[in-house]
Amino acid sequence: MAELVTMPKLGFDMAEGTLVRWVKVEGDTVEKGDVIAEIETDKATVEVESSHSGVMVRHLAEEGTALPVNSPIAVLAEKGEEPSEDEINALVEEAGGEPQKKDEEKKERKETVDKEEKPEPAANEKEEPEVEPAGGVRSSPLARRMAEEHDVRLEKVEGSGPQGRVVKKDIETFLDSMREEGRVEEAEAVGKAMQPLTAFSVGEVPEDEVVEMSRLRQAIGRRMQDSNQNSPHFYLTRTFKTGEMMRLRKELNQLLPESEKLSVNDFILKASALALRQYPNLNASLEDDQHIRRHGHVNIGVAVAIEGGLMTVVCKDADQKPIRLIAQEVREMATNAREGKVRSDDIEGSTFSISNLGMYAIDDFTAIINPPESSILAVGAVQNVPVVEEGELAVGSRMKATLSADHRVTDGAEAAEFMGVLANYLEEPLRLML
Amino acid sequence: MEKKDYLELYQEMVIIRLVEERSAELYQQGKIGGFLHLYIGQEAVCCGITSVRQPQDRIITAYRDHGWALSAGIDPKNVMAELLGKQDGCSKGKGGSMHMADTEKNFWGGHAIVGAHIPIAAGMALGDVYQGNDDAVTICMFGEGATNIGFFHEGLNLSKVWHLPVLWVCENNIYGMGTTMERASAVSEIRQKAEGYGMPNDRIEGMDVMKIREEVSRVLEKVRKDGGPHLLEVMTYRYRGHSMGDPERYRDKEEVKKWEEVDPIGILRKHILHEEVATEAELDEQDQEAERIVDEAVEFAESSPNPANEALFENIYVEPTPIEYRGYAMEHESEGR
Amino acid sequence: MSRMTMREAVSKALWEEMERDEKVFIQGEEVGIWGGTYAVTKGFYDHFGEKRVRDTPIAEAAIVGSAIGAALTGLRPIAELMTINFAFVAMDHIVNEAAKLHYMFGGQFKLPLVIRAVSGGGRQLGATHSQTPDAIFAHFPGLKVVSPGTPADAKGLLKSAIRIDDPVLFIENATLYQTKGEVPDDKDYLEPIGKSKVQREGDDVTIVAYSKMVPAALEAADMLAEDGIEAEVVDLRSLRPLDMEPIIKSFKRTNRAVVAEEGWRSYGVGSEVSARIYELAFDYVDAPVKRVAQAEVPLPYNAELEQLALPQTEDIYHAAKEVIYG
Repeated sequence: MAELVTMPKLGFDMAEGTLVRWVKVEGDTVEKGDVIAEIETDKATVEVESSHSGVMVRHLAEEGTALPVNSPIAVLAEKGEEPSEDEINALVEEAGGEPQKKDEEKKERKETVDKEEKPEPAANEKEEPEVEPAGGVRSSPLARRMAEEHDVRLEKVEGSGPQGRVVKKDIETFLDSMREEGRVEEAEAVGKAMQPLTAFSVGEVPEDEVVEMSRLRQAIGRRMQDSNQNSPHFYLTRTFKTGEMMRLRKELNQLLPESEKLSVNDFILKASALALRQYPNLNASLEDDQHIRRHGHVNIGVAVAIEGGLMTVVCKDADQKPIRLIAQEVREMATNAREGKVRSDDIEGSTFSISNLGMYAIDDFTAIINPPESSILAVGAVQNVPVVEEGELAVGSRMKATLSADHRVTDGAEAAEFMGVLANYLEEPLRLML
Repeated sequence: MEKKDYLELYQEMVIIRLVEERSAELYQQGKIGGFLHLYIGQEAVCCGITSVRQPQDRIITAYRDHGWALSAGIDPKNVMAELLGKQDGCSKGKGGSMHMADTEKNFWGGHAIVGAHIPIAAGMALGDVYQGNDDAVTICMFGEGATNIGFFHEGLNLSKVWHLPVLWVCENNIYGMGTTMERASAVSEIRQKAEGYGMPNDRIEGMDVMKIREEVSRVLEKVRKDGGPHLLEVMTYRYRGHSMGDPERYRDKEEVKKWEEVDPIGILRKHILHEEVATEAELDEQDQEAERIVDEAVEFAESSPNPANEALFENIYVEPTPIEYRGYAMEHESEGR
Repeated sequence: MSRMTMREAVSKALWEEMERDEKVFIQGEEVGIWGGTYAVTKGFYDHFGEKRVRDTPIAEAAIVGSAIGAALTGLRPIAELMTINFAFVAMDHIVNEAAKLHYMFGGQFKLPLVIRAVSGGGRQLGATHSQTPDAIFAHFPGLKVVSPGTPADAKGLLKSAIRIDDPVLFIENATLYQTKGEVPDDKDYLEPIGKSKVQREGDDVTIVAYSKMVPAALEAADMLAEDGIEAEVVDLRSLRPLDMEPIIKSFKRTNRAVVAEEGWRSYGVGSEVSARIYELAFDYVDAPVKRVAQAEVPLPYNAELEQLALPQTEDIYHAAKEVIYG
């Protein structure tokens, strides 16, 4: 049988060798132990002996070529044998196949052992540029984590560490001061921004100013007076656990573009709409002395502050709409209202109203029912406050809302139940998805 | 010695020769990695000494240990498997060529750091003395190159001061890697160094296994009786380079050829025939059987599986100890088996 | 319980283990007739005899090497190196032989030996006699490296080291020999190797220390307490295996740590501990881990200069204040 002679491994770290000189030429007889070639490695030129006897039938490597260890370099046949081209090629192919497989095998094994070799590329690539840390804010990993958990913007926190590093106690200080101010939620108001203070100078006392009331103001005045005098209001206040809702909102907002982000009010709106379905008396109007009209639609009115007063934009059939659509509609209508482009369709037909002064850091307040509705929900700010959990003091996210209801149409217990159901929706906000 | 003992001795030497030759081939094929130090030409020393040692005598040597592993009684299958790094190797594939051992055969390795095993040998003898194993001798081999390192001095000195039963055997094959004795050692005969410790010493020829048996028996019994150390310098020669890849620039071919004329296997063969203990045909039969045994060993080794990945973490400690895996969480317990 | 010095605790441990097991013996320079250069083996030679308390020549490689050989035959030797500075002469036998023989021969060789050595500086012994190269030895898998900081731990850990079948480098500290503490009398009092221990509890800052730095850390903790800062002191006790659990548990509460060692900062124990803190508790880090260590100089002879180079209680105190930003 013809056999292949391969490039031998002549040293423990030899990867390739150069065939310097053929000692046995094609056609020569070879005895076991005869030198057949000279091979040069990194370290020396070595004479290579044949481990078999036979006839040197074919050189597969030319003098002067460098080849990796185990490459075929010659074909040795038995005396008298004359292998054909095909046979020689087959031998070479076979050998060619083998070393490859071995390398793959090695690679596979290395991969399983290197199981956890790969460093997280993301973490490494976010590495700080030379001078300033990423984002420009120096902060400890703990401080960053706390900031994220509490929705605090690091740029707003003063760092007391070296080189202005924001550390744990800085975040704590910041959160404390925010709690004092009552503003844990950042302003993303459906309403007007706060007016800057006007300048005044000492020493000058201005004259009285008589201002003409706008038509809107006059209309509001009339209606509110009417409502306050004629509807027997009663009021219920409840504290809602808003942790889950805030978390869900945060998560959902990560999926939404800037222009579509959900506000707290959108959640309250949807929740109210669903709760009203179960308490139709609160979604009703007084028809006459003896009849109550329970409305089929649930149209929620949202109070929007505009120049010169306030307007109520209406989200029709709010209980049927997904919260994303509610948000979109309300946003659009509120913008239109502020720009004076509101359509009459948008401001008519509400069956229940919500007024939210949370963005003004109001804890709670009572609103006047919008006639001909029978109730209105006044919503305060979402705050992190001390709460008692399992007998221990903890920090909880809470919001107060006060329902004003018309006693001709409903009464305390019913209204209270409504508030309870509303709480269910707000406190387990996944229900709002169904 | 009976006929069968001669034939066994002969076959043992042939097996060693064949194992070494096959290892060289496997190394060139890339199947044996790292360093490979061949014992070819020195077979008389290991076979001579192990054939006269008693079971309680401990054998410890340096890295040219295949001959010692085989003659101490390790199956060629397990020696071959170890060379290929397989799990059926005598060291479970974790040691390789230089770290073969089998404590049950009282063979304590296979050591790679030159001379480091010498104080260890003294310690083993100390252990025997301490525990009252009065007729045990520790037989410690090292090359002539190792007699220049500090460990040699500390170990031999301690063995003399503490009167430890160690037979120090210097396998003098003239070349420490590529440096001759004359260039490395202050004295021209290694046994002279023992004089410096007031230690009895001898120098003998190492190519004739029968002569070695005779001399070593004598010396062993002396050590066994007297209890103190003895240095035996054995003049031998390795036909191949220091290890695979040695270009052998330090000696010429004629010298190698000259020593090949005193091939220890040839010498024993001649002796057996001369004494008419066995016939050519019987010796040829031993050759063939040796060939068969080595073929089987290679086959066994090649088909033996690689150690499992988990073996990487085994036998680091005896006590179950959490092992760091790449510096992350503790995932692996060392099994200590 | 008895109150005793660390020297006495070590001595007691050795004595009790020698009585308990015939296979245990001690060898080293001047351990026998002299009674040990730190008087740890005083009285041993007369009681146990020259077979079991062996004076050796000045030949560290042979001291450790022959201990290895004896261990291979089934004995349980305790090789004493007069100081860890001399361990370099036996480096091969400690890290190449003792640490690896069990592994290389597929588990056939058992090496139940203990190498005891004294580490540390501060006694004007000059640069080559004053090092704390503990971290170097802790680098090698296969070896166990233990260094107690209290007398009780010295006794419990040394007994464990002698009784287990793995090679242990047991690092003592000459300055600590005279510190006193409560030590259980129980002859089988054992402390686990490879477990750190909280020596003092606190919620404000984690101080990790071992050996001589343990009393220093406890002193610093007292100083911090006067400032209203409660430090948790975690004593490593073993450098290999290294037990990070109590440290991480503490760090997750305090968010800041100081690691104190007597050796040099570069490539030292603190490097390893802080790296692991970052790996295991990155999100809890409020300040970079501060390492208190020796100045990167060979220790000089002059007493003041030497103390200047060595880490002191004040250094730990200031480092803790730094990581608290207070």
